[in-house]
Amino acid sequence: MIAFLATAFGTFLLYLLLTTASGPLFLWSKEELIIGAIFALIVAAIVRKIFPAENLRLLNPKRWFLLLAYIIWPFFPAMAKANIDVAYRVITGRINPGIVKISPKLKTDAGLTMLANSITLTPGTLSVDVDEETNDLYVHWINVKEEALEKMPRDYKYICGEFPDWARRVME
Amino acid sequence: MILDIITYICIGIGCLLNLLAAIGLHRFPDVYTRLHAGTKCTTFGSILLIAAVVIQSVSVWVAEGLSSPQSVLTLHAVIALVVILLTNPTSAHAIGRAAHRSGIKPARAVVDDLEKEKP
Amino acid sequence: MWLPVAIFLAVCATIILIRLFLGPTPPDRLVGLDTLNTVVVVSMVILGAAFEELIYVDVAIVYALLSFVSTLFIAKYIEKGKF
Repeated sequence: MIAFLATAFGTFLLYLLLTTASGPLFLWSKEELIIGAIFALIVAAIVRKIFPAENLRLLNPKRWFLLLAYIIWPFFPAMAKANIDVAYRVITGRINPGIVKISPKLKTDAGLTMLANSITLTPGTLSVDVDEETNDLYVHWINVKEEALEKMPRDYKYICGEFPDWARRVME
Repeated sequence: MILDIITYICIGIGCLLNLLAAIGLHRFPDVYTRLHAGTKCTTFGSILLIAAVVIQSVSVWVAEGLSSPQSVLTLHAVIALVVILLTNPTSAHAIGRAAHRSGIKPARAVVDDLEKEKP
Repeated sequence: MWLPVAIFLAVCATIILIRLFLGPTPPDRLVGLDTLNTVVVVSMVILGAAFEELIYVDVAIVYALLSFVSTLFIAKYIEKGKF
């Protein structure tokens, strides 16, 4: 029931964002509000079986603030650095690529999704495949360092820094 | 005035990154390295170019009041940016996985754990 | 101010299109298509700001979502050889 209401509320909020400045009732017209509420309820009823109830911990507002902090501090500078890195490699053509396996030891799909997206947008790495049983990630690394190749699930400190800890803090 | 300078800086770097992505698609030797160029550079270039649009629209919006069309332009540009940020890494992941499962080896690779464990 | 940016993005899109035609393997072409989609979305937002047409930005949102779905389906086709 809580999952149903949360989905309906989120859908309604998105509809309101897409139809601002359409009428006199503080930014929206009455027709838009009514049809938005009806569509939000219909969509929530359709996807009720897809969104299971165990994802309710993401409704905690503390996690949203943590996610915002994560995007502003460790993520955005890493993204800028990634672009300088790619620009350097495009201009000089100096690459040393390879596919390495890391095991971040995350338990949930949401955390793994966030980690994989972060890895793709940060310097020199791109997530290629995932082992769905053990939650290991296979990462394409554009500049392989020799000292990271000693252990078999490679040490993720060289590849993605502190991101697995952040993913665990925000999503689990 | 300062806002105009920030806008021009954002536009300059954003255009440069998009051009680098286009050149990188030709300079790199195989699919995976091309994905690096095509994903990272266009995502950050989109952030900067849409930030330029948002800065200009917000300055008009503040001057004209809440119900001007520029407010709608700002909100929708931000929604388009969020959509790009969510979908771009996901499709890069899908392309890389499809390429490896259809049997394309990474060129000049020093190590390939995925090939060793799941041939 | 916005129109030269849109023209510059069109030049970038042309360079990417050459990769789309040349690409030796299907995933190469798909990378070109994915990059081209992002550039097209950004140039739609820029054109919306240039002509002050709100509908261009709405079309950009829908285009971004639909191109994402099409990329996923083509990737699935490359992976399995069938849908």
